Amino acid sequence: MAKMKKSSTRIDMTAMCDVSFLLLTFFVLTSTAKTPEVHPVDLPVSTKETKIPSDDILSITVGQENVYIGIAGKEDRKDILTRMGQEYKIEFTEAEKNAFAGLENFGADIREMKTLLAKSPGDRMQEEFHKGIPYKDSLNNQLSSWVRNARESSWQRKESFLKVAIKGDANEQFGTIKEIMNILQEQRQNRFYLVTGLRSDDF
Amino acid sequence: MAELNTGGGEGKKGGKKVRSKKQNAGVDLTAMVDLAFLLITFFMLTTSLSKPQSMDLTMPDKIKDPTTKPQEAKESKTMTILIGKDRKLKYYMGILKEPYQGVGPTDSTYGQNGIRKIILQKMANLKASGQVGKDGVVVLIKAIEEATYTDMIDILDEMAITGVEIYAIQDMTEEEKAVMQ
Repeated sequence: MAKMKKSSTRIDMTAMCDVSFLLLTFFVLTSTAKTPEVHPVDLPVSTKETKIPSDDILSITVGQENVYIGIAGKEDRKDILTRMGQEYKIEFTEAEKNAFAGLENFGADIREMKTLLAKSPGDRMQEEFHKGIPYKDSLNNQLSSWVRNARESSWQRKESFLKVAIKGDANEQFGTIKEIMNILQEQRQNRFYLVTGLRSDDF
Repeated sequence: MAELNTGGGEGKKGGKKVRSKKQNAGVDLTAMVDLAFLLITFFMLTTSLSKPQSMDLTMPDKIKDPTTKPQEAKESKTMTILIGKDRKLKYYMGILKEPYQGVGPTDSTYGQNGIRKIILQKMANLKASGQVGKDGVVVLIKAIEEATYTDMIDILDEMAITGVEIYAIQDMTEEEKAVMQ
């Protein structure tokens, strides 16, 4: 009588293990960690798919009439802060510059920047410290200063033109966006990248 | 490989003979797979695979240069889109006071059944007389302050979809504001 072959209750996991590690490797290599944002906004959607350049870019986030700035590159951030310090007569220490280099985006008044940078790294991103960069008052237009210093920095250090991306909230009034564009255009920064999400519905 | 071979049936035949236990060659991979999947999940969730996209927008230089003349557009080629409050949308051809072919400010809607049809129609009309591309339609986009950013993006998107090559964002005049009220 032929014996019934006892089937094993164990599964061979070798292939599964191979696949999962292959995927793991892929994700590790392709990933760029999401940058935390001080003020996340809902982006409007469009069908256009131009990619945003990832370096030498200044992003201006506009939400609820407040403006936040993000600068790409740690070295760029340090240099721009130094320039801003010179303009506003604030001396930043090396430690403060290093702390600023870790800030992906911010919305603090330059005169409160020292207080912000003195906080522990975990607290720096809290929204209460980022009330938005002043831009409405023409005598204290810090947004304009940031853009000017960033452009100078990028031109003098790398001989490249700074690119500006505008990240507007979908429900923001157009008047606010226009005001920002006017500030940029006063410096002959006439080209912007309007950041949008991908449109999924039938338009 | 991960099976355990602990000689099942043979034991009965051999009686009480004491055997040295066979060394198992396979390694238990369960824990390793668990860990790998945990890490995969972590990386999948933290990655932003697709970069956000953007729309390229170039505005004309504001600082007046006396050596360059402002670009002139024929009345017959000009179309103005007015963006109002609460997704209100109007368009007219030519000049507001004496619109081209009598197409004064007309209500329209966003999307494929609204403004896109009008733009494509206008483009087709101009194409009949050989005016395409940079010689074709000129669209002026004017939005009031109370319009939302989404409205503006929707119209700019419309420009990209229909392939209008010349378009500009301008400030609304008082007359046009009155029309949009």
